Amino acid sequence: MDQAEQVRRRDRSFRLGIDVGGTHTDAVILDATDRVIASTKAPTTSDITTGIVQALQDVLTVSQLPPATIAYAMLGTTHCTNAVVTRRDLNSVGVIRLGAPATRAVEPLLTWPHDLKQVVGVRHAILRGGHEYNGEPLSELDEQEVRQTARAFKGHVHAIAVTGVFSSVNATHELRVREIVRDELGADIPVSLSSEIGSVSLLERENATVLNAALMRVAQRAMKGFERAVRQLNIPATLFLGQNDGSLMSLDYAVEYPIFTIASGPANSIRGAAALSQLRDAIVVDIGGTTTDIGVLYKGFPRESQLAVEIGGVATNFRMPDLISIGLGGGSRVRQEAAICVGPDSVGYRLQAEARVFGGSQLTATDLAVAAGRIQLGNPGRVQALPKTTLDQGLNYIRHTLEDYIDRVKLSADPVPVVAVGGGNILFPDTLRGASEIIRPEQAGVANAIGVAIAQVSGTVDSVFSLERLSRTEALDQATALASERAIAAGAAPDGVEVLDLEEVPLAYLPGNAVRIKVKAVGSLRTA
Amino acid sequence: MTQLDVQAIQDIALGAAVLGTGGGGDPTLGRLMAQQAVAQHGPISLLSLDELADEEWVIPTAMMGAPTVLVEKIPSGNEVIEAFRMIERHLQCRTAATMSIEAGGVNSMIPLVVAAALHIPVLDADGMGRAFPELQMVTPTLHGVAATPMVVADEKGNQVLLQTPDNRWTERLARTATIAMGCSACIALYAMQGRVAKHALIPGTLSLAARIGQTLRTSKQTNPIQALTSLLAGRQLCQGKITDVQRRTEGGFARGEVEIAGAGPDAGQTFRLSFQNENLVFWRGDRPEVTVPDLLSVVDEQTGLPITTEALRYGLRIAVLAFPCHAQWRTPEGIALVGPQYFGYDIDYVPFHS
Repeated sequence: MDQAEQVRRRDRSFRLGIDVGGTHTDAVILDATDRVIASTKAPTTSDITTGIVQALQDVLTVSQLPPATIAYAMLGTTHCTNAVVTRRDLNSVGVIRLGAPATRAVEPLLTWPHDLKQVVGVRHAILRGGHEYNGEPLSELDEQEVRQTARAFKGHVHAIAVTGVFSSVNATHELRVREIVRDELGADIPVSLSSEIGSVSLLERENATVLNAALMRVAQRAMKGFERAVRQLNIPATLFLGQNDGSLMSLDYAVEYPIFTIASGPANSIRGAAALSQLRDAIVVDIGGTTTDIGVLYKGFPRESQLAVEIGGVATNFRMPDLISIGLGGGSRVRQEAAICVGPDSVGYRLQAEARVFGGSQLTATDLAVAAGRIQLGNPGRVQALPKTTLDQGLNYIRHTLEDYIDRVKLSADPVPVVAVGGGNILFPDTLRGASEIIRPEQAGVANAIGVAIAQVSGTVDSVFSLERLSRTEALDQATALASERAIAAGAAPDGVEVLDLEEVPLAYLPGNAVRIKVKAVGSLRTA
Repeated sequence: MTQLDVQAIQDIALGAAVLGTGGGGDPTLGRLMAQQAVAQHGPISLLSLDELADEEWVIPTAMMGAPTVLVEKIPSGNEVIEAFRMIERHLQCRTAATMSIEAGGVNSMIPLVVAAALHIPVLDADGMGRAFPELQMVTPTLHGVAATPMVVADEKGNQVLLQTPDNRWTERLARTATIAMGCSACIALYAMQGRVAKHALIPGTLSLAARIGQTLRTSKQTNPIQALTSLLAGRQLCQGKITDVQRRTEGGFARGEVEIAGAGPDAGQTFRLSFQNENLVFWRGDRPEVTVPDLLSVVDEQTGLPITTEALRYGLRIAVLAFPCHAQWRTPEGIALVGPQYFGYDIDYVPFHS
């Protein structure tokens, strides 16, 4: 170690990123210039937290850095996704909808899977309140009715979710209900508001808000576990959590909005691919052991899905990355049917035991990559006798599958750069129809952990503004101010928050020029 | 009389999306309303057109307004019943049933809410056999049946009764009332007696929608598109990939063009589809091949599930299917009301045959 390196290592300027995936928990440490100092992979554990602690210890050991040099530690985790899928540790939620008598024709949670509904939401009420599309009250809020409902929920629910008709245009009723509920039930019962979570379309926004309220306990435990693990290793870092738009939020903020951690893993990969490739617009293909996620890097961030996204069988409309997941990965089985097929079944985490090159009996996609000489792994002699037709057909199958799905996420026929990341990126061919170039960055295997480590803090707004009483400029000013406010609340340093993206969508069929405005503001990390 | 249970409602909603020819609004919200109504009040009976006595009345019910408002300000479920009852009181008639005036899209479902709550049957018929964007575009117009008396009602308890000299005034006043009510309202209109209904309506539309939905549900593993075209006496016009979608808003309507690059048996050919809320004209190269009022449905190339015009985008793998419209639309009066020239295309209507 030369002297300059020693000096640099005394700086308190390193960032540690951890991303929990289905198979591996990846960790990296970056220096102030985003150079990777250390990267490790640990198995993901069933409780998740044990794997995170292991990853933290591993990466710190490999880096040989003193713990005190880590200024920031970022975590992208699947705690919340797992809780919804397994229906475990979820809060019982009191669901309040504001709009009566409107909206009574479809009750809250009508479409929820029975088992999830039993756990989360058996108590709901549709009360007076809510707004019209232009922000006028639909009916006046009946504060007495809200108080009575809160009292009736008392002792039966862990959290409250409030959804008002057109709260994305006017949130005043939702905000007032939060005050009243706090007044009646105390600060220990958290209240989620739909205007802070989803966009237009009542049922999907309500679903997302109820899930958010249901996840608060899980999130709180996960954050505490992370914080404890970091402090036990004497790391003094400021802590952040990865969001599903590829940005970060402080732990305090994450406890209030746990639903934003869902699908943060693929979002981190896309951001990591952006950092590694130095591109702002590209298609990102993340090939893992069992599945491949194909997403779109748009202006430096993951492109959002325009459609309702299902979580645990529930339709939601909060911002989620636009992804296609396909059953293709390093562990995918190669099968002889009418022709050679690869996947969707996979040997998964048993790759090291079951793949041919590792002495197993299963022919996998990894074996094809070794046979084709793309990578040196295990014992290549075990795949030398593979018939050429099997190899060619298998590789062609992978190529055509990737070409087909890459085309599906594109917005036009123009060729675009494609960035291949993830542990299975060795499967990626050197050329692809529809790709202007293929970039396989070094460190592609830990792009997700790099993505969370380099992320910034953001605040977003997705609201409808009626231009009957506001000018367009006033509406844009309000939206950008609110996005900046949210970025600061999420942990951005107050000076230097800037607007990264602004989109205006006029709403068809509505008089009075209603417009939907989406703003993303981004700031640098605040130190503790 | 057939009984409609939750499965039948889901089938009708899916079938109505096929008959909606890309427009008519997403039936999902209507389906949820109907499901809740049936869960509360029990199954609905389906009355065939020949079971309706000559002197008995049928009052169609529907929604009008902006789709973005409907998915946010969901109805109370009561306003549509009040609209129905007000027409009944006004005509002092004995009403045997309610019905869909438009069986394509969300309006296939609204009458089911009324039928369940009032324990009356829903008539197995409609006034379009598909979806259209304007209030007068119904077969009863061809038989001189007026839209009024019409009621526009909202969830707040407002009800407006309209009596107008022609359907142009009906459309204008109903739209004004709808906007004042918050851009989404429930309506009851085109009340008629059995003797008129028997020749002015298109029979069997709801049971057809149910069969379409059932076919798509049960033929997933086999060949849903073939099952669909044989059920509806239609034909697959092309299969391929969407290579471009251009959209523009004109006169409050969402218009646009879709370019399709043929695949499989159609590889090498290009096709185009023009739409205004609904799919209107299918072009093979530069030649118009099938036009409104015949039905043009865009479906997923594998599942056969219908795709609305709002959801069309680059890269989708689709098939375009054509089905013949009802014979009433193929008369000179029918073509004048809903033919390609009404929608601004300088094309003569040529009836589609499979």
